[in-house]
Amino acid sequence: MDILVVLEDNNGTIHRMGIESIAAAQHMVDSLGGLSAGAMVMGKNADALATEASGYNIDEVLSVNHELLNDYSSDGYAEAVKQVINKENPTYVLFGHSYQVRDYVPKISAKLMRPFLADSIAIDFDGKDVSLTKQMFNAKLFSDISPSGDAPFLISFQSASFLSDNASTGTANKREVVINLDSSMIKTESEAPFKESSGGVDLTAAELIVSVGRGIGKEENISMAQDLAAALGAEISSSRPVVDSGWLSPSHQVGSSGQAVSPKMYLALGISGAIQHVVGMKASKNIVAINKDPEAPIFEIADYGVVGDLLEIVPKLTEAIQSK
Amino acid sequence: MKIAVLVKQVPGPESPLPLVSSQDWLDESQVAYIMNESDNYGLEEALQIRENNNDGEVVVVSLGPDRTQKVIREALSKGADRAIHIQTNENYPTDPLEAASLFADALKGEDFDIIFSGLQSDDLGYGQTGVILGELLGMSTATLAMATEILDNKIKVKRELEAGYFQWVTMSLPASISVQSGCNTPRYPSLKGIMGAKKKEINVVIPSVGDQNQSIKKIYAPNTNKETVMIEGSVDQVVEKLVTVFRNEIKIA
Repeated sequence: MDILVVLEDNNGTIHRMGIESIAAAQHMVDSLGGLSAGAMVMGKNADALATEASGYNIDEVLSVNHELLNDYSSDGYAEAVKQVINKENPTYVLFGHSYQVRDYVPKISAKLMRPFLADSIAIDFDGKDVSLTKQMFNAKLFSDISPSGDAPFLISFQSASFLSDNASTGTANKREVVINLDSSMIKTESEAPFKESSGGVDLTAAELIVSVGRGIGKEENISMAQDLAAALGAEISSSRPVVDSGWLSPSHQVGSSGQAVSPKMYLALGISGAIQHVVGMKASKNIVAINKDPEAPIFEIADYGVVGDLLEIVPKLTEAIQSK
Repeated sequence: MKIAVLVKQVPGPESPLPLVSSQDWLDESQVAYIMNESDNYGLEEALQIRENNNDGEVVVVSLGPDRTQKVIREALSKGADRAIHIQTNENYPTDPLEAASLFADALKGEDFDIIFSGLQSDDLGYGQTGVILGELLGMSTATLAMATEILDNKIKVKRELEAGYFQWVTMSLPASISVQSGCNTPRYPSLKGIMGAKKKEINVVIPSVGDQNQSIKKIYAPNTNKETVMIEGSVDQVVEKLVTVFRNEIKIA
């Protein structure tokens, strides 16, 4: 197997970024030709995930069933993937750059002493030499990175670098892979996941979103954005600093630690566009950004941009919308 | 409790980022450096554990060229007891596996109970060094820590998961924990702290740097294929144009 895609469990279905990684593997097969690609599932929902994965156009789906993998642990998952890599000898091992992947994949890198090319946004080949594109310096610059030495190369892709809609369907064979784990390898004990805030806001289905960032300045100005949202019939959301300051509850947060949204319009007010925020909103159909800093990275992904003082623009915009 | 804190010196958010002519790194002479944001939180977590236990040692550890001693002094002035500077030349490794290996070489004889690191660096952003280092030293590891609690020979960590979820994870010591920004309120150095820092020990270690497992070939400005329509004019003109865009282009009813 040349390309191994490691899929993540999201309560019994494949994590969205896993499907994106299948699309990435298919793109690599198309670019290079003659490569075989497979996917790997593990954990208590492995059977359901294997069935789902076998509906994609890949060669094989490997299932790993072991009672010590029923609940996630970084030690257990890292050891399991390492053993599958050693048995199957893939050149490329692909992951979606999820929170879980950040937690355990660096361990595989250490176990194998092979590089983890993390949070990549594109992959290119020059002959057989591979190069990954990565955002650096808070997304102000891009870099091309190449691994050296022998395979395997561990690679994770940032959310939405490949589109799940582009993953072509097919019929893949399923195969069980047996690994050896014992409880002494697992040094952590996990409690059940919980949510801290009550009265959550579901932004994922919102048609229109008005989102506020640090540039709103102070808590008293939040109402200005709420008035605009009300006039537009939009939901209100925010970037992380606004939630950390306590100006809006955590359930309003969009980004890697909040919700991922794809509205018809995402109006970003005073949001600089840090990667952690952008991964949660870049799938929006239309992005409109108002920011006083012309260099703000948000303008790189915006369809419409205004460089200006949102405290002056927003109240007048609300008025204009109300009066039309 | 013996605690190490990894800190990195990175370009500040307002710093210019000019490239050298080979376009594979920054022209560092023009960069304004600061302590990496999430490392501040790792340092604060370590200082609070030492204070709550009335015992222990906090050792700040940094890898980089001479200039790195500025953030080391800053960490000492905030209350770290001593420092280890893994001093490289200007061509320090950007590969997290190689960097973590150099940290492991420098720290393996120290027997730390806990190593704190920031979630990721604001320059390269690999987000791996703390976990790889923990694995190389045979320690427990955890990432995205929002809170910690010391138990008898164990540490309990509140981890941030996706979509607003959290989870408590308990693990044996020694442990390498990478912390999320916002997990505490980092302190400012006091005048007394700044004066005292000058007398604190910085142990300089010269590493033997090996080959990189991944390396940067080229750095460039983002080539977005998106055309952004910039809306300009007075406030009233901007408002009028925005309303037109909403109605005619985005087609908001």
